[in-house]
Amino acid sequence: MLNKTGIPTAEDVKKVSPSEDRLKEGPVAIIECFQEIPCNPCTEACKQGAIQPMKNINSLPKLDFDRCNGCGVCLSRCPGLAIFIVDASYSDTEAVVRIPFEYLPVPQVGDKVVGLNRAGEELGFFEVIKVQSGGNKNKTYTLWMVVPTDLAMDVRSIRLGGVRHAS
Amino acid sequence: MRITEHPILEFLRGEEISFFFNGQELKGFEGETIAAALHAAGVKVLGHSHTMHRPRGLFCAIGNCSSCLMVVDGEPNIRICVETLKPGMKVETQQGKGCLK
Amino acid sequence: MPKVKDIEILVVGGGPAGLSAASAAANLGAGVLVLERDGKPGGQLVKQTHKFFGSKKQYAGDRGYQIGNLLIEQCENNPCVEVWTDTTALGIYEDGVVTAEGQGKHLKINPKKVIVATGASEKMIAFPNNDLPGIYGAGAVQTLMNVHGIVPGHRVLMIGAGNIGLIVSYQLMQAGVEIAAIIEAAPTIGGYLVHASKIRRAGVPILTSHTISEAYGQESVEGAIICKLDENWKPILGSEQDLKVDVICLAVGLSPLTELCFQADCQMKYVPELSGHVPIRNEYLETTRPGLYVAGDVSGVEEASSAMVEGRLAGINAAYSLGYGEDVAPKLQAEALVELSELRAGPAGQKTMRGIMNLMDKGGAVC
Repeated sequence: MLNKTGIPTAEDVKKVSPSEDRLKEGPVAIIECFQEIPCNPCTEACKQGAIQPMKNINSLPKLDFDRCNGCGVCLSRCPGLAIFIVDASYSDTEAVVRIPFEYLPVPQVGDKVVGLNRAGEELGFFEVIKVQSGGNKNKTYTLWMVVPTDLAMDVRSIRLGGVRHAS
Repeated sequence: MRITEHPILEFLRGEEISFFFNGQELKGFEGETIAAALHAAGVKVLGHSHTMHRPRGLFCAIGNCSSCLMVVDGEPNIRICVETLKPGMKVETQQGKGCLK
Repeated sequence: MPKVKDIEILVVGGGPAGLSAASAAANLGAGVLVLERDGKPGGQLVKQTHKFFGSKKQYAGDRGYQIGNLLIEQCENNPCVEVWTDTTALGIYEDGVVTAEGQGKHLKINPKKVIVATGASEKMIAFPNNDLPGIYGAGAVQTLMNVHGIVPGHRVLMIGAGNIGLIVSYQLMQAGVEIAAIIEAAPTIGGYLVHASKIRRAGVPILTSHTISEAYGQESVEGAIICKLDENWKPILGSEQDLKVDVICLAVGLSPLTELCFQADCQMKYVPELSGHVPIRNEYLETTRPGLYVAGDVSGVEEASSAMVEGRLAGINAAYSLGYGEDVAPKLQAEALVELSELRAGPAGQKTMRGIMNLMDKGGAVC
């Protein structure tokens, strides 16, 4: 259960997942936010009007998959780092997964990183094809990884490379 | 160990200065607390408890708990976690409750 | 320095609640003095590297330390606000005088109104060897890492999976420190689940229904024994695990720092939902001592977003009671009360709501 382990279950994820067809059409946001807490930056971030403004800021975000164009601004703004962008139109067999990233070292384009699922389990080596900086104020990076299509709804993190400290 | 790079923060440290810990010369940065400088230098034990002589170190690091009392430039019972480091400061472990002159 | 400093509103504590109170009162025209015991204001905000929740009105999406800087700037730019740092309030006396210690000098202040915004301090739990060097409160770890840029150690056991335990674990990871595990005695994670999820997907275990049996080490922490708890919160024999860690971080709750309120003879009540002894106060945050208000964690441990709004509310009320802002104050008060209701409306705010109702002994809706 999510509130015992911190790991969203398959059922939780299904509630916020678009159809297979929608995933194949192009990039779309997967908002993995399952708990009512006072928080609404995603509704303000979305320029497409795809995330419904909240009357009660404790509501769960409601995303209109058809209005969503996968721009990724919500991913970059979410304080909970709970939003991901999946694009299953990348190729017949592969999809792009974009994740928020706030650690060091920041991977470089072309790096092969170890992708992890929601439980922190390794799923394989995946190539980083793009690294977007969030800017000086935001500081959250967006990492774009290419993964096999059947893992697109599982890869949500990467193994960290460690930080260099002075002694 | 001092952090040299951080994904969110930038550490603007003052000038490097020298101070003395129980006679030993150590380095720290102008403007940081004595506790920070000692911790960065690897000093975790700041004293021992009065009766059972158990090792003691930082706990709250913000001036609430009194776990870090030391003698600074001759003055006892200084909460080093909120005391700013100055060049040439003499920091010594305190024996017992300290002596007020 | 005059013998006694006369001031209209004295704010004790320069954290999110105190700074918000000062700006709000000064914006209505009152003269405000803020006392801050640390070398710089900002309170706990200066150590928060994560993005804040809430709504735009509470700067949601901005990082804690950025919000701190903004509040400090607002005070610096307001000619009606003075901030004395390195100044610790010592007592509030019967005749209304407040004494303080600033740079070795004994100071006397004569305020018309006082807002106590002194925040809260870390709780401790009992276990063998809990006095070893290397055992820190979560705030201490944040101070070392985020203020001084020093890692507390190499491998950490985090005790407590409330918001603080989860957030500080994430901050440790950002500083390159390994987390052996986060343990939580309760059967469920107390903090926001999005915080828990981002830690789990980085590979850090969160073990609910677990507690620490003992810490061990010669001169400092070398390890800890943890064990599982049954449904009656009793340790299960044979479930012990030995974790090799050099830091044990306690994120087991905060207690309001209410010494000044006790000393000022405010009526106090023990309210578990608000995390300890808190002053009885009305919905405008005035205590039973007329002219003494409270705001932020000292009025009940909650979140920074509500601390800021409470600060604003107390500041408005204190200024209004002195005759400032007669045309706008009621509207501003109402807005602040609505914001507090919004923040507390969801399941996450229910505990606080129960605490406030318990405190005010009221059945009806309160702020």
